[in-house]
This record gives sequence, C-alpha cells and structure tokens, in this order.
Amino acid sequence: MIEVENLSKSFTLHNQGSAVIKVLDGAAFRVGPGECVALTGESGAGKSTVMRILYGNYLAQGGRVSIGGVDLTRAAPREILALRRETLGYVSQFLRVVPRVPTLEVVAEPLLALGVEDDAAFVRARDLLTRLRIPETLWSLSPTTFSGGEQQRVNIARGFAHGYPALLLDEPTASLDATNRDTVLTLIEEAKAAGAAIVGIFHDAEARGRVADREVDVGRFTPVAA
Amino acid sequence: MISHYNFAYLDEQTKRMIRRAILKGVAVPGYQVPFASREMPMPYGWGTGGVQVSAACLTPGDTLKVIDQGADDTTNAVSIRKFFERTAGVAVTERTAEASIIQTRHRIPEVPLTEDQILVYQVPMPEPLRFLEPRESETRKMHALEEYGLMHVKLYEDIARHGEIATAYNYPVKVEDRYVMSPSPIPKFDNPKLESPALQLFGAGREQRIYALPPHTKAVSLDFEDYPFDPSRADHPCALCGATDSYLDEVITDDAGGRMFVCSDTDYCAGRRGEDAA
Amino acid sequence: MTPLLEVRNLSKFYGARIGCADVSFNLYPGEVLGIVGESGSGKSTLLNCLAGHQPPDTGEVIFDTRVEGPRDTVRMSEPERRMLGRTDWAFVHQNPRDGLRMRISAGGNVGERLMAVGARHYGQIRDAAEDWLTRVEIDTGRMDDRPSAFSGGMQQRLQIARNLVTGPRLVFMDEPTGGLDVSVQARLLDLLRGLVRRMGLSAVIVTHDLAVVRLLADRLMVMKDGHVVETGLTDQVLDDPQHAYTQLLVSSVLQV
Ligand SMILES: Nc1ncnc2c1ncn2[C@@H]1O[C@H](COP(=O)(O)OP(=O)(O)O)[C@@H](O)[C@H]1O
Ligand SMILES: [Mg+2]
Ligand SMILES: [Zn+2]
Repeated sequence: MIEVENLSKSFTLHNQGSAVIKVLDGAAFRVGPGECVALTGESGAGKSTVMRILYGNYLAQGGRVSIGGVDLTRAAPREILALRRETLGYVSQFLRVVPRVPTLEVVAEPLLALGVEDDAAFVRARDLLTRLRIPETLWSLSPTTFSGGEQQRVNIARGFAHGYPALLLDEPTASLDATNRDTVLTLIEEAKAAGAAIVGIFHDAEARGRVADREVDVGRFTPVAA
Repeated sequence: MISHYNFAYLDEQTKRMIRRAILKGVAVPGYQVPFASREMPMPYGWGTGGVQVSAACLTPGDTLKVIDQGADDTTNAVSIRKFFERTAGVAVTERTAEASIIQTRHRIPEVPLTEDQILVYQVPMPEPLRFLEPRESETRKMHALEEYGLMHVKLYEDIARHGEIATAYNYPVKVEDRYVMSPSPIPKFDNPKLESPALQLFGAGREQRIYALPPHTKAVSLDFEDYPFDPSRADHPCALCGATDSYLDEVITDDAGGRMFVCSDTDYCAGRRGEDAA
Repeated sequence: MTPLLEVRNLSKFYGARIGCADVSFNLYPGEVLGIVGESGSGKSTLLNCLAGHQPPDTGEVIFDTRVEGPRDTVRMSEPERRMLGRTDWAFVHQNPRDGLRMRISAGGNVGERLMAVGARHYGQIRDAAEDWLTRVEIDTGRMDDRPSAFSGGMQQRLQIARNLVTGPRLVFMDEPTGGLDVSVQARLLDLLRGLVRRMGLSAVIVTHDLAVVRLLADRLMVMKDGHVVETGLTDQVLDDPQHAYTQLLVSSVLQV
C-alpha cells in the first residue's frame, strides 16, 4: 500500500547563503495493508519529515513514494488532494482548524468532503467523540479554545472518521491519559483489522509495542556528512 | 411672420440633420439617436429639444398646439406657440382635435390622437438608466446588449421602500420588446396612451438626443408579475366638468387652504363643459 | 476531466512594464486556487484579465461553458463575456464600494443579478435575497437598509451574497479580507469556506495574506514581478517553499 524507495530530502535556504540541509538519503520501506510500521530515531532524525513527504506536504528531492498507486513525488496537486480525500489520512501533532467551526463538524468534515450524507457523517462523528470522551456539551463549540488533550482527541476523531486505507499518525498518543490512550490504540487496532496500512511515530514504547508490527529506524537514512 | 428668419427659425441644413435623426429614431423605435442640438433663442429647460423637433416637422399648412402639463396658457406654452407663430407663420390652436402637431411638456392629451397627428415631447433627461448608472459609456452598452436588469432594481427599491411601485412620473417602458425608454416626465396615468395611432417624437436639447415611437408601436410599462403596472388616478371626479376618466391637478383655491381637483388637460375640460377653448 | 478554466500563456503589459507574463494553469471544478505575492507583483492584473475586466495582450482563457463546452473568453464577443459575468462568474472586489451599489438597499443589491437574468417576481426575488442574507449572516431586518450603513465586514458579506445568488461556478476574489479586522476576517473566511464546499464552487483568490490561502486554497501560485515563480499544493508551498522569493514570503519578512 505504501512504498518508499531511495527517498532523499534536503532543504535549501536561499536566503541564508543558500545553505543546504540534507535530511534524508536513500530512505526505503514498505507498509502492507493491515500493517503498522513505527518510525523510530532520535529527535531531529527526520521522522516527521518522512511523514510529511508521505502526505505530500514536503517535496522530495529524489526517489519514489507510492501510496495507493499514486507516486507522490510526481503527482499533480489535484491528484494528491484526491488521494488525501479518499485514501490517505493524517493525524498531525497539532489540530489546525478554521475558527468558529463546531467540533462535530470538524470531525465529520472528511466524510462530508467525500460526499457522505450529513446524517451518516454526523452519526460517525458523534460515535468517535463519545468514544474519545469529549463531553457532548463541547460538540457544538469550536475546538480552538479546548485544552491540548481535548484538541488532540478531536484531531484523532477527525483522522479516523473516514476509514482511510492508508494512515499517517504523528504522535497520536502524546498528551493523553491512560484511558484515552487505550481508546486511541484500540482505534488503531480496528483500522489495522479493517486493512489500513499505517505509519506511526510513537514516543511511548508501550504504545508502540502494542500496535506496531515493525520498526523502521529513520536514523539509518541520515545522510553521511560530506 | 418675420422674414429675416428661415421658416421655423432653423436653417434648412439643420432641419435636414434633425429629420435624419428623426427618421433613424422612427426606424429604431425607442433608440436614442444623438443629434447636434442647436442654440435656440430660449434657455435649456424651456423645451429646446422639442422645439427643434417641431421646427423640423412643421410645414406651412400645419396647425400647432403647445401644452405645458396639459395647459395651453402657461408662460412656457404661450412663448413656444408665439415663437412658431412668428417664425413659421403657422396656424395655432388649443383644440387637440384640430392640431396636426402638438408639442407637449409632461402630458399626453386626453382626447385620443389620430394617424394625422404628431406629438412632440420636450425631454429633460432621455436616459432611463441614468439614475442607476452615471457612466454614459456603460448605459450605451447596456442598451446595446439589452442589459436592463437595473431598471427592475429601481422598481424593486420602490416596492421595498413604499410597498408599491411609487414611480409616478417618467415611468419607463419597453418599446417593441427591445429598448427601454423614458417617456419623459408624463404621469404614469398617461403611459397606456403611448401606444397610439399618432407619431410620437421625443427631443432632448441639452442631452442632444432624439427618439421616437412610430404609430401603433408597442410600449409596455415595466413591472413585476406580482406588482403589475397600475396607471392609477386620483379618486375624484373633476370639480369643473365632472370627468372621471381624466388626469387631475390639485389646485389651491383660496388662502384658507381650500383645494379642488380639476382636469390637467384644460382643453379637454373646457370641451366637456361646452366652452370654446380658443 | 475537463478543467473549468484553462489559462495559457497569458501576458499583459502596460507599455514596457510587465503586468503579468506568460501565466498558464488549469483550474478544475471545485478547486480553489490562491494567488499570492506582494503588492505590485501582478496578482490583480492577472485576475482582471481572467475575469474579462481587462484585455490581455496575449494568451487564452478557456472556460468550460455550460452549453458549448470550452471557449476562449478572450476572443468571445463582449455580450457573451458580460453574460458569463452575470451568470457563471462572480467577482468579489477588495473594496466593497467597487462591488456594491451603495445607493441601493441590501435586498436590491442581492436581487440585481436575479433581475439581470430575467427574474420578474418581486416576492420570489425578495425571498431569494432574504435566504442569501441569512446565509451570509446578515440580519434580514437590515434588508432594506443601504450598504453604506453597514460595517466593512457586513459589506463584504453582502458582496458575496450578491455574487453567489445566481449560483455561479467560478468566483474571482481580489483580497476579499483586505481592510478587515482579524476577527471579522476569520468569520468571512469561515463563511467563504462553507459556501465553496457546499456549492462546489471553483475560485481564484488573490491575496497577500498567507493565512487566507492556507484556509481557503487547495493550490497556490506565487507571483513576483509579473511572473509565476512557484506553484503547488498550498500546504506544500507554504511549509516547504522551494523558490527564494517564496521562502522570503513565508518567513514573514514580506508579510504584513
Ligand atoms: N494600470 C497600470 N498601469 C501601469 N502599470 C501597472 C498598472 N497596473 C499594474 N501595473 C504594474 O504592474 C505590476 C503588477 O501590478 P498589480 O497587478 O497591481 O499587482 P498586485 O495585484 O499583485 O499588487 C506592477 O509593476 C504595477 O506597478
Ligand atoms: Mg492588487
Ligand atoms: Zn374637467
């Protein structure tokens, strides 16, 4: 489902003396349906950069990233948008939402964007918010004023609203208490059981141990200093 | 007739130029034809556009009537009538039925006009879209492309503000399903009379435009399906002749605020009372 | 899939000065394209050429018309182009004064486009105006007030209602949130996003405000000195800009 081959990434800072920061070189791994791969490595090793490239948020300098048959290094923006709508989900570390949109709508949005009927979309959104213990009194409010943990759970609910065949999770359990962490891990297990290919960054070894089938050490792809 | 003037004051070349504009106007009903308006020995606002059109139409055999808001005896009407008596030596009358050319300001006579008559309107502002669109280049384009939505916006505003279409004068019409035209500031009561056997010519001196409604031309007052055009009239009979079908003016009768409603068309009223208006 | 708008090699010069040069892109149905760049970079020139407000010197602007399919609007007759401007296209000006009739009531402003395409039932026009005022969150009690009595944010929302009432397929917006307070901007953006989503609109939005495009645009085009220097998925261009100028823009040196 997810194939990464010979991926390289560097940043050229044109306005800082054209400094080139090399982040990845020769990165390669695969994730099959129903499989969860955990990215590991020290802080700064490039875990989030890999995630972002997988999502089409960062451009790769070389190599190939194929998700659901679409090569993200070559796809037109339109194709990437379609991929994100239908196939590829992403739970980022921080919730980024339009002000004023109620929580329920934030969660239902990925389904609405797919053309799912309002009723069905909101049923799913309510179900997820309930499971993630967001009090019903908050559903009609914008999550912008929520606590960090609440925002993160809304973010997760949104990421799991549609059963994406490929899913990217950047620290999904950080800042969650044990009960909620358990719920999130259960959601991940359910997604795997439904056949999703998952790439995750898990700070917490116990969580990683529970859901990850394999680990990929991103440190292996750090370019050798010239 | 004062002999050192050309017949009807204007020189022949000018009259030919005006006649060409009139012919063009007749050929394209409701379309405003530009023309080179001449200085007339009267100020703008006194009907110089109408006077030039009349001058171009008059022949020695014509009988001229001039009215101002329906009356033959206002200063404006009298001076224009005198002007043509002196410069063209034509016969004049106050009887609508006897006139072959009638120059008017702000009314259509009550007595139905015939094929043998020409009604010449004095027009202060020929452009019906001007209130909404100040740019001439834009209004021309709107006419050319039949973009008349704005006219209805004006009527919409009327209803929104007054509960009905409050435009009572200068009520726009669509001519032969094509051009939207200002009928000059006649009361909307007169609008149905725009569809007439007579030739109707409109002259705007300051704005340098001539336009026309040839005999039997369709002229439909703009309206909404649910707010149809209503040529309403005051709900009184004429205090002098008892007419219930004429357009009425309110006149103050004394210093104590007494008032009455009388026909605005003085000839019509006099005729009904059996008086000789002349 | 046929693009809704296909722009090829569009250029506009002001004498020897470049307005915009050699711009090409496709816009697909439902897509929102953001055009960013600093003041004077050619954004407005490009937008005006796209919307038929200014004739380009070279190039094609091919719009997928409902009836006849793709047509070059640059070479179309003026009546046809103006008809598009009243039906399938909408244009939201930066300054509401350019996009509203200030002496006409809010209801009349919304109703105008309906009347322009032949609506002749006062009650129905009023109902539609009321519906649209509600959608853009203007109290219908203000329907008969003139926009001159409205706040800047309300004027802008009125302009949007007036433009969308005929169900256009393509909306051009020039700095739609410019000159508004931040909180007012947020409300407007949220509204625009909802409308774009629900009506399946395509839009081209010119702005110098990167927060605006981050929220509204699927794709981004960065302009400098009349040229397009970078294009791509909005979040990609903003988070991983490739061109020196875009990096400068994103690093907020040129923002504000
Ligand atoms: N009407 C004009 N006449 C001459 N130069 C113009 C005109 N409009 C824009 N320009 C020039 O074209 C370039 C692009 O300007 P503009 O399209 O207004 O950019 P933006 O909308 O990005 O601010 C600038 O150099 C500007 O000075
Ligand atoms: Mg500009
Ligand atoms: Zn009488």
